[in-house]
Amino acid sequence: MSAQHFDWLKLRPEGLYCDPAGVFIDPARPVDRAIITHGHADHARPGHNNVLATQETLSIMKVRYPSDGAHYQSARYGQEFRIGDVSLWFAPAGHVLGSAQIVIEYRGYRAVISGDYKRQPDPTAAPFEPVRCDLFVTEATFALPVFRHPKPESQIDRLLRSISAFPEQPHLLGVYGLGKCQRILSLLRSAGFDEPIYLHGALVELTNLYTAFGNNFGNVQSVQTANKTALSVGLVLAPPSATTDRWSRRFNNPRIAVASGWMQVRARARQRGAEVPLIISDHADWNDLLKTCAETQASKVWITHGREDALAFALSKQGQEATPLRLSGREEESE
Amino acid sequence: MVVRKKANDWNKPIENFSRLLDSLVFTNGRNAKLRLIGRYLEETPDPARGYALAALTGDLRLPGVKPAAVRALAGGQIEPELFAMSYDYVGDLAETVALIWPDGEYFQPKLTDVVESLLNAKKAAATPTLKYWLDQLDYNGRWALLKLVTGGLRVGVSARLAKMALADAFDASVSDIEEIWYSVSPPYYDLFDWLEGRGKKPDPAVGAGFRPVMLANPLEEALLSELDPKNYLAEWKWDGIRVQAASRNGQRKLFTRTGEDIGNSFPEIVQHLDFDAVIDGELLIRTPKPNESMAVESFSALQKRLGRKTPGPKLIAELPACIRAYDLLFEGDEDLRSLPFIERRKRLEAWARKAPDIIDLSPLVPFSNWRELIEIRSSARAAGIEGLMIKDKFTSYVPGRPKNQWFKWKREPLTVDLVVMYAQRGHGRRSSYYSDFTLGAWKDANTLVPVCKAYSGYTDQELVKLDKWVRENTDKRYGPVRSVTPGLVLEIAFDAAQTSTRHKSGVALRFPRIKRIRWDKPVNEAEALAAVIKYINAS
Ligand SMILES: [Zn+2]
Repeated sequence: MSAQHFDWLKLRPEGLYCDPAGVFIDPARPVDRAIITHGHADHARPGHNNVLATQETLSIMKVRYPSDGAHYQSARYGQEFRIGDVSLWFAPAGHVLGSAQIVIEYRGYRAVISGDYKRQPDPTAAPFEPVRCDLFVTEATFALPVFRHPKPESQIDRLLRSISAFPEQPHLLGVYGLGKCQRILSLLRSAGFDEPIYLHGALVELTNLYTAFGNNFGNVQSVQTANKTALSVGLVLAPPSATTDRWSRRFNNPRIAVASGWMQVRARARQRGAEVPLIISDHADWNDLLKTCAETQASKVWITHGREDALAFALSKQGQEATPLRLSGREEESE
Repeated sequence: MVVRKKANDWNKPIENFSRLLDSLVFTNGRNAKLRLIGRYLEETPDPARGYALAALTGDLRLPGVKPAAVRALAGGQIEPELFAMSYDYVGDLAETVALIWPDGEYFQPKLTDVVESLLNAKKAAATPTLKYWLDQLDYNGRWALLKLVTGGLRVGVSARLAKMALADAFDASVSDIEEIWYSVSPPYYDLFDWLEGRGKKPDPAVGAGFRPVMLANPLEEALLSELDPKNYLAEWKWDGIRVQAASRNGQRKLFTRTGEDIGNSFPEIVQHLDFDAVIDGELLIRTPKPNESMAVESFSALQKRLGRKTPGPKLIAELPACIRAYDLLFEGDEDLRSLPFIERRKRLEAWARKAPDIIDLSPLVPFSNWRELIEIRSSARAAGIEGLMIKDKFTSYVPGRPKNQWFKWKREPLTVDLVVMYAQRGHGRRSSYYSDFTLGAWKDANTLVPVCKAYSGYTDQELVKLDKWVRENTDKRYGPVRSVTPGLVLEIAFDAAQTSTRHKSGVALRFPRIKRIRWDKPVNEAEALAAVIKYINAS
């Protein structure tokens, strides 16, 4: 297949653009019509005129941008939309609540724009579904052979061992507010941890939203209203920046934990001030990136952002032609 | 069904060694490290804990594998392009190889099996044995093993800290452990037998064992009025490192004050320990001039030797080491440590007359009252001497830092006013504060160059103000570091200035600490670089 079969999918300054449908996917600037893969701030931005996304993603956007004046239209996974000669639908991406891949068909060719995705099981997100296609658009956040995410249960175990070894100290766990936080709550409860878990104020609203969509995290309390004595030796989840900034001073001698795929590399973990680094990521690791690209059977792969050189190299070895797009504005540090 | 447990019931099965190392790498606090190591040693059976302890103290001598051989092993697992990109990203060879190595159907081999197979491996078999275990271990295990065979764990644990953890875990004293350390060897069955009450204390008299050293407390000048000068002897405080030269039953050792054997770095000393005694003294570099046989160089000369594990003949000729003796702990089989200092001193003086050339005597500094000694101290800087030691004539040699027996009395520090250029967040309790400062002097009217880092000397309240100042005057952010707009002067006390090739300014300050925060002082009145450089000769 040659490149012109996909000349209807273009890279514009605003982002990836489907010309015959007149829509942008995850645009970085305000546009007339946007399709949003998931609620993370570097994909879902305010200020568009019309937004098409899953019900969950739209709810997340309403929490984040209460005064956004966009017209929201919701999509169920698998529900087909026709715009002129273009047919498109959403498939689950397994990344966070409501995250989706966008499948677009035009003139007999199918492209899948996967947004961010992971293959590890996560009870708080509908599992990734591989969709066969001609062009697969993938991220490459963790595209180096050194990134092989361990089972998340082993990392929760590490946190619980630290809590056991230092019971008189509070544990502050840095987590990204959308997805990571709630996945960890769910993992802690499945591991049998039934103490109260305290949340930094910035995490409360999105966690409530997850609960409204049917998740049960047990006894979860906001730090503001928590009992001070229990809090002083408790497990507290907070945005990563808060665990080492002034906010953390209310805790006496805390142990700092950070949950992120970057914790795989020790120098990075040290730099983030983590004493208990947990390698838990909502992105695909090296093996899952290669496996997923292979499963789509796409002859062409476009790489949006991340370590595209390594992924392009390895994809060429498995017979897939890869092109780096180098999309700007993606915040991989926050993962 | 969910298994319900209280948080405190998460007593997991025995920590394995690689997990312990992994936890240590990320733990900042000293007490937390002591606890992690102690817990491991308590919970782990012999002989694994013995090998683990030896790994931590640097006494586990596995056959070394060269980095090139490790790279070659990695080359068999992954395309060279991908390895290069990975190594470039991670920046550490052992970690990169551990990360990219495929996970096999590992059965979690025991530390003991891994260590013993490597200890027994012939040199040529070391690399294949390493590969065999890499195929069996999980990621943390591979990382720990690669660190061990490529030299040095570097997990932020000194030999001394590991011994302290051992002492804490078994309610023993660390000086007892240091004393017998060189008469026991991995996996330390007899040591653990003794610590757990099954066996008697290993005999330190076997071999040239290390004897825990007696240390001095800093002198508070106000205390002098309570001390009778007639009960004390004074010596110069030398600017080298404390050593113990032990030569017994044909064994010769040169120990640091924490019992680390540095004999390999100073072969010209060890070669001449042809006596039967244990000497306490200062390791110094002598000025190689024929007429001043025992004049000595500054500490920076000694630093050049300390960095070399196996110095060549040229370096030894340029920077020959010597020992300035100030105590005699053993003479032949006789243990002198219970004698009063004045008696030991007499024995030392007699012994020194027949000592080899590389050892001389640290002379006494005569004085009749404290006023006189105060005056002597004030001239110390001009004489190029670090300060004074004051020792009680009548005390025996007690390991540790007993109160009011030995005092160190450093010369007055120098001070200089410098400008805050960068601030970095601290660790642990200080991780939310900008507490570590890089300070600069004026190279010209507009250019500051860094001359030192300082992170102590302020009170908690002052730290809060410093932190606030940094946040309000931030220019740029680089991860945990911020550059600030020049606007704050700190008065820095330091002991000496040295030439430095590592610093752009060409000068480095020794023992810098913050003496005062000069909120009042305009930055353009801070010191010029040229003036800081002048201190190099002043000390
Ligand atoms: Zn995302």
